[in-house]
Order: sequence, then C-alpha cells, then structure tokens
Amino acid sequence: MAQTTQPVGRRLTQRTLAPWLFLAPGMFMFTVYVLWPIVQSVTLSFYDWNGLYNGQGQFTGTFVGMGNYAELMSDPAFETSLWNNLKWLVLYMLALPIGLFIAIFLNQTVTGIRVYKSLFFFPFVISQVVVGLIFAWFYAPNFGLFYLLTESVFGKGTAILADPDLVTYGIIVAGLWPQIAYVMILYLTGLNNVAPDQIEAARLDGAKGWRMLWYVVLPQLRPATFIAVIVTVIGALRSFDLVSIMTNGGPFGSSRVLSYYMFEMALGEYGFRMGYGAAIAVVLFAIMMIFISGFIWKMWRDEKER
Amino acid sequence: MVHTLKGALALGTALLLATSAMAQDKRVVTWNADYDPIPLAAAEALIADFEAANPEIDIVLTNFDHEAYKNAIRNFLTADAPDLANWYAANRMRPFVEAGLFADISDVWANNGLTESLASSVLSSTIDGKQYAIPYTYYQWGIYYNRDAYKAAGVDVPGPEGVSWDQFLANCEKFKAAGIDCVTTGSSALWPVAGIFDYISMRTNGYQFHSDLAAGKISWTSPEVAAVFDNFGKLQPFVTENHAAIDWQDAAALLVQGKAANYVMGNFAVGVFKEGGMTNDNLGFMVFPEITPGIARAEEAPTDTIHLTSGAKNPEDAKTFLAYMASAEAQTKWNGAVGQLPTNKNASVDANDPFLTAGFNALSTATGGIAQFWDRDADAEYAKAGMEGFQQFLVQPDQRQAILDRLEQTRLRIYPQ
Repeated sequence: MAQTTQPVGRRLTQRTLAPWLFLAPGMFMFTVYVLWPIVQSVTLSFYDWNGLYNGQGQFTGTFVGMGNYAELMSDPAFETSLWNNLKWLVLYMLALPIGLFIAIFLNQTVTGIRVYKSLFFFPFVISQVVVGLIFAWFYAPNFGLFYLLTESVFGKGTAILADPDLVTYGIIVAGLWPQIAYVMILYLTGLNNVAPDQIEAARLDGAKGWRMLWYVVLPQLRPATFIAVIVTVIGALRSFDLVSIMTNGGPFGSSRVLSYYMFEMALGEYGFRMGYGAAIAVVLFAIMMIFISGFIWKMWRDEKER
Repeated sequence: MVHTLKGALALGTALLLATSAMAQDKRVVTWNADYDPIPLAAAEALIADFEAANPEIDIVLTNFDHEAYKNAIRNFLTADAPDLANWYAANRMRPFVEAGLFADISDVWANNGLTESLASSVLSSTIDGKQYAIPYTYYQWGIYYNRDAYKAAGVDVPGPEGVSWDQFLANCEKFKAAGIDCVTTGSSALWPVAGIFDYISMRTNGYQFHSDLAAGKISWTSPEVAAVFDNFGKLQPFVTENHAAIDWQDAAALLVQGKAANYVMGNFAVGVFKEGGMTNDNLGFMVFPEITPGIARAEEAPTDTIHLTSGAKNPEDAKTFLAYMASAEAQTKWNGAVGQLPTNKNASVDANDPFLTAGFNALSTATGGIAQFWDRDADAEYAKAGMEGFQQFLVQPDQRQAILDRLEQTRLRIYPQ
C-alpha cells in the first residue's frame, strides 16, 4: 500500500512549513503595520525633527539621543498629562460595577425589555465625537443644562469645562457614558451563559442577594469581567477623541492626556515636533505594554491549563 | 481655471487638468490655496483677469479645506510641489524657508518696486535679508463694541478715536454694575487671548519691546513684563467669566445680544456680528486705548501671503503672477470682494465700509509698527506656551508668579542664553 503512506519528506513539510504558510499573511501585516511603525516611532524619538524634508527630499532632523526624554522629565505639561491618564484609568473602572448593575437589572423577562436594552446600549453605538458634543453642550456656560442646573441650586453656575480642577472629571463622565453601555452588553451576554442549575442549587442552599451575586454569579462571569477590564483599561489609556472634541486639552492644558499631548506636539497647529511627540508615544506605549503583557500572560496561562 | 477638491483626489485631477491644459499650448502655473467660498470667488476673478492679460499663461488653482491645508502643505511641498502656495508671513513661514522649500523672490520685490508699495509688510516678508513672500491682504485688530450695550449701561459711546485706558477701565466698572461683561472673549482655541495680551503689551512698552518679547529676547521676570501683567490684571476682572470654555463665535453672540460691550477681535468677526443681526448703526470699532502716554501706536494686522516654492516647475510665469498679486489693481479687487485690507499702499478700500475705512486709517497712521499677531511673531512652541499662560492668567490671576516662572523656563529652554 505504497500510495496511502506519504513520503517522509512531504509529511515533514506539511507539519513544519504549512503552519508558517498559513501564518505568513497575518505576520506580514503585523510586521508592516504594527512592528515596523513601533521601531520607527522609537527611532524617531531620538531625533529633533519638524516633520519637513528639504527640497532634495532629505530628512532634516538632528540626532539628540535621549534629549527628548530628558525634556519630558521636566515638562510640567507631560506631568499633567500623566496624572490625568491615571485619573482616567482609575475612574474609568467605575464602568465595571455600574455596567454590571445595569446588566443584572436588565436581565429579566418583561414586555419590551429588548427596547430598554437597546436604549441603554445606545450611547455605545453613537460616535465618541457625538458623545463629546452632547456633553460639551450639557456643560456649556450660559445655556448648558448642567450649568443652568447648578445655577438654580447654588445661585452661581459651574462651567465644568472652564474649570481647570474639574475639567478632566467632566470629560471622564462623558467617557463613562458609552463605556458603561459597552460593559453592560458584555455582562448581559455573560449572564445568558450563567448555569441555571447552579443558581437553583445555590438557592436551595439558602443563598440570595449579595452572597448569591458574589459567590455564585460573579465567578461564572469571570471571562466577561476579564474582557471588560481589558477594554476599559485600553479605552482609558487611548482617550483622545473626547478631549479633542470637548476642550482641545484646555483650559491651559489642564485636561491633556498623553495621547492628546502626543498629537499636539507632533501634529497640532503649534507642534510639529515629531521627535518629542514620538517620545511621548513611546512612554504611552510602555505604559500600555504593562497591561497588555499582563493580559497576554494571563491568557497564555489559561490556554496552557486547558 | 479653478477647481475645488480635497486631498488625494485633488492631486490626481490637478495632474489631469494640467495635461489637458498643456495640450492647448499654454504654460501652466499651479497654485495651491486654502480659501473659503468668498475669497475663492475673488481669486477666480483675479485669475480670469490675469489670464486675459497673459493669454499664454494658464493658472491652475487647487483649493484645499482650510484646516486640512495646514497638514497638506507639509506633504505637497516635498512630494509634489505646486508653483505657488498660500501661507502666512513672519515666523509662520520660517520652517519652510529654512528647509529650503520656499524660494527667494527678492528679484520680484526689486523689479516691481515692492519695497516701496508694500512698505508696511517688508519686515514680515523678509528672512535674513531676502524676501520669501508676496503679502496681498491683511486685516486690522481692535475693539469692536455694541453701542446698545453702552447705552443700556449709561456709558458714553466712544468715538472712532477711542478712549483713554483709565476711561476704559472706569467704563468697565459701570458695565460690571449693570451686569454686562465689559470685555468678552472665547478662548477655548487659545488665540483670542493673545490679541488682548498683544495690545496691552504693545501699549505698555511699545512695539519693539513686544517684538523682542515674542522673539524670546526679553525675560518674563523683567519689570517691563511685570508692568504688562499689572495692566492685564486690571482688565482681568472685567473679562467674560467662562471664556476658557467657549469659542470666539460664542463670545461674538454675547456681544450681539448686548451681554458684553467690547470685544478685542480681528475684522473678520464683523461678518459674524452682522449675521447675528448687528448693523453699522450699533456695531462700533475703536483702536485699543493708549496706556503709556507718548508711545508710538502699533497695531496688529496678520498678513496672508503667497509663496513661490523651490520645486516650482514654471517659476518664471509664477513670478509674473506674483507681481500681479502685489499690484494695487489686483489687491483692490480681491480685498474689496473679501472685505479685507490691501497691503499695497496705492490700492483703495471701499469707502462705504466703516470698519474697513477705520482699519485702513488705524493701520496707515500706526507709526509704532505693525505686528503679525502673537502666534505668527513668536516661534510656534513658544507661542503656544505663551497663550496658555495668558489664558491661565485670565482664569487664575493669583497664579501670576507661577505662570511667569514657567514661561521664563520655557524661554530659557527654547532660546538658550
């Protein structure tokens, strides 16, 4: 039966070469669109460059070594951005408990529940730009709903976006609105998969309320929680659109975050310091890397346990 | 020939049109611009006139969206340079000049006697003794005020010559008592506060001081700067409270509604005021009050320019067109249509427009000098740091020392002594 047993050489190719062939398109894209830009950004961060090539098409930057990073260390605007990113990171986590609460609240069978679910999900569907505009009007001095509300309660209106101490919190609240909806939908799908027999068994054992939630439901929601944490952390770190739409980083830079500061420095009207912008991007990347490696490590561990 | 397109499409079509034009044996000059509809129509009219006088030349204008242009110019100057490109005078053109992307057009200036006819713009068009720009329009800044608000607060309406600084501040007290913002601004985009600062700085210490300050030659901890901030501080309590959260157009609405009395702005705002319902009867213009007596009055008038690129394929005909754009005839026509001021002193302005006439008079009698505006006189990074400082001072005047210290640090970093 010589036909049925394949030659050793061919089997080897199938085992060793085929996986690489299948991986090749993905790896090619990943290298060209992810790895290569990372290398370029890091390289650029060692240069002082205004983004222009001269008439002959030559690069006009000068090598400054760690100069951009040294400048970052003493840059008050960078410090503000870093602190604001931290505020975003911490406060954005509120999306998890609130999203979970709404998901549990909506996880029932009442007439028209689908309508309510879609209404709660709505803010995630609309663009971040629209969310930013809605909240900017909500906070607007003189005619914004929030301003008029505080005016009628305290006698003096608070213009959140003009107040350097409050502005970041104002933007985070705007960001939480769609983020809560996102987390809610993740938990709603998770709740569909909660085993009814376990709930039943727990109920027989007398568990209810908080204990039921904490010991029976939440452990089963772990995959959903994991994804929710990832999207929330990344959402908080790359917060850019809302800052850009609502305040442009102002007043006087008090609501800047790293991603916006990078944009301002590299591509903003008064920026075009490509090297400095790249250095900020590298720092942001390093911060993200901490979380991303954590997630990858956890996923790797879970895969191996299976 | 004119066509309005955006981005990549524009390039392709420009090439297509260029080829078809060449088939007619015309010498093509390409021109990239960033005009809004009214200036674009005015430019089309100029091109038609020019082509009628020079039938062998074909001007192909590619119009970009105004905001997109700021990024696009950085690409097209190196990748696929047109013959002519719109930009701004003074420090805003410096990066392109230093990278060798804008060409030296001193010969156009010399051959057409432009140092004479464009006298007020020689400085802002010159870098290292050579001219790199043809200034064809500018507009005055000053105080626009609502006469109805003055009447409502029982304050004497100022004449075109303006009021004294003390009188202005005294008026502000009355406006405050009447619940009207004496001075309004909307600084969410930062630059409007620079207008107020520029004027206080120029009125306190004069043009040369202000110019040196923008160039990083003067310490923010010097007594002269302290005097500027003393005066800035006198005005601070009378400025619209939440200006940091609103756009300049929102502040214009406050002036139109009579909730604010004065607005330190550029002449382009007149269109917005009039759209809001104001007329020549209740909208007034005056120059910014004199602060230190005896200082030659300087004014703010940002200039728009056209440049010859180094990659130009047809520089000779492009220079012919530049000379035409510098002429009194072309500038009278373009600025008349757009409602701005010609830089050519032999050009004329529409006598029926009180704001243009007032601006023309204010600028032609400004013996102190013409400033370009903070963000064009100062280096981009320095300008931004400054404007953030001015905005912060107007919001938190108690932070004055911290702001000045930070600005001084920035100055020492950007301009090492």
